[in-house]
Amino acid sequence: MDTVALLIIEVLNGISRLALTCAGLAIIFGMMRVINFAHGEFMMLGGYTTVVATNAGVNIWISMLILSPLVVGIIGIISERLLIRFFYGRLVDTLIATWGLSLLLIGIVTAILGNYITGVSAPMGNFSIGIYQLSIYRLVLIGITALLFVGIYLVFTRTRLGLIARGTMQNPEQASVLGISPPRVYMVTFGIGAALTGLAGGLLAPISQIIPTVGFTYVAQAFITVITGGAGAITGTIVASGMFGTVRQLVTYETTPIIGGVVLLIVAVVVLRLLPQGITGKIFKRSL
Amino acid sequence: MKFAIDLKDWNTRGLIFVGAVMLALLFAGPQIFDLFVLLKVILLISTAMLALSMGFIWGFGGILCFGQSAFFGIGGYAYAIAVINMGESTVPLLLSVLVPAAFAMLLGYFMFYGRLSDIYLAVVTLAVTLIFYAFIRSTSGEEYHIGNARLMGFNGISSIPGFNWPGYPDSPLWPDDIFYVAMVLLILVYFGLRYLLRSHFGRVVVAIRENETRAEYLGYDVRFYKMIAFSVGAGIAGLAGCLFVSFNNFINPDVFALGLAAQIIMWVLIGGVGTLVGPMLGSLGLQMLYNWLGTQTFAGFLNTYLVFGAIIIIFVLAVPQGLQPTARLLALRFLPIARPPGERG
Repeated sequence: MDTVALLIIEVLNGISRLALTCAGLAIIFGMMRVINFAHGEFMMLGGYTTVVATNAGVNIWISMLILSPLVVGIIGIISERLLIRFFYGRLVDTLIATWGLSLLLIGIVTAILGNYITGVSAPMGNFSIGIYQLSIYRLVLIGITALLFVGIYLVFTRTRLGLIARGTMQNPEQASVLGISPPRVYMVTFGIGAALTGLAGGLLAPISQIIPTVGFTYVAQAFITVITGGAGAITGTIVASGMFGTVRQLVTYETTPIIGGVVLLIVAVVVLRLLPQGITGKIFKRSL
Repeated sequence: MKFAIDLKDWNTRGLIFVGAVMLALLFAGPQIFDLFVLLKVILLISTAMLALSMGFIWGFGGILCFGQSAFFGIGGYAYAIAVINMGESTVPLLLSVLVPAAFAMLLGYFMFYGRLSDIYLAVVTLAVTLIFYAFIRSTSGEEYHIGNARLMGFNGISSIPGFNWPGYPDSPLWPDDIFYVAMVLLILVYFGLRYLLRSHFGRVVVAIRENETRAEYLGYDVRFYKMIAFSVGAGIAGLAGCLFVSFNNFINPDVFALGLAAQIIMWVLIGGVGTLVGPMLGSLGLQMLYNWLGTQTFAGFLNTYLVFGAIIIIFVLAVPQGLQPTARLLALRFLPIARPPGERG
């Protein structure tokens, strides 16, 4: 019984970690169709912001929830202005340019902070189920992820900003005829996506180890999840995270995390072979 | 197919020039280089071949594979495992080409028949590479072995036997001989690819790169052609891996790490997408830059990630075509040579 409860929490935790990893990319790649290969590095920067700020004496919640998204959002907007905006609509060039950005960010962080593992400890201590000890923070993380996605959904469906953003992604020319400046909308949307990525990096910092190259572990699974999600980026990402998170966590429980990752990839490739348009190409068609 | 040699054709002149340079290098190599340099040159030949494979599938097949290093690594590991088990190097050499090619065929089946587009393809190939990295790194235990060969995890396999004369497992090749073998293989691969690109198959592959839908309407099975081209590229990368391993007598999982995957893209990007000589020169230049950076004292701040990232960004912003096509454009503009007829600007 205890084992079942533990397994359920572990699976929910795996799903929330994967969904958090994908949140920013669902907007930048899923909605804007900008291939940001520096996604993992944005998460890494979010993680480092939390670690550095917390070690400097800032409250960990303020570091995670405010500083990380703020810092990475600003870095995201700078990158968009200086680099990414020149490549809109040129997929392959964006891919290479953002990969260059990713290596550059790793290089800069390595040069400043050094190439060794850092981290912060999770707040809020432990609780126990039977003989198992679990960190309360992991439970809270599940709740925060759920809230975050509800928030994203409401912003993009219920607010004027969300309407303008969605409209501009669908038809930039029509939007500019209506007096909206598409470049500004792209900039702001990219910034929001980057900020969400930074937030994810910050929130995951207490339960992961941070090194300059940590982004590589996030970027592949994030892209695969968002791609498998398909055109309805937000819904698709949630569904795909649910599926992959469950598979990976169950396999990891039975074997090792590495085999869990391998199985996730195999499942993803097979799913894409069966549903080339992604999950939302087949079901939940009219979702966001 | 027309193979009449027309000396007025600039493409033919280019081919003759490249062939002459390579042959000169082949015969002069052991005479002009001392042993230490020759050893480095052999490694450069292996990276040049890897660059060539990427130049082919990206520049001519239009397949942007982020995991070309995976096939390099698979080829290397296939050679290592086979040569340790067999005790001679001829069959392992063949295996180092066939195993990556077969794996690429399988992966290509899923990717191309699933009609994954450019981005998805890049992500899937990268993910496959990183999975190999993680997996091989975790195989340090006794239980991970194939035949007599232990995989050794992140420590890597060492004392791998090098090439021997075919049929004579006890007589290994000397560095001079290895140089000849490597250089001949590079020449064969280069002209083999040139031949392939002039054949029916190669022209269909280029047609698919230019316009996939149109090629499909003309009745070609795009998925099949891409899968085969991908597989050919993987075989060449595997051969490069085999050269690298047989000469180094060592391989570790770092061949699957992101650094090499990134460098391959850079070689082609810098040399010029859509050329074959460009990527080879690109690999040569960057390897030398890499070695030079390693000897500099200021390099403490300038780590390789920083330098490579900056190079990629500068090239993709300022010289997106790469050096060889740019040099060619400049030459056409400023030198009094006739623009080849039928050649696009």
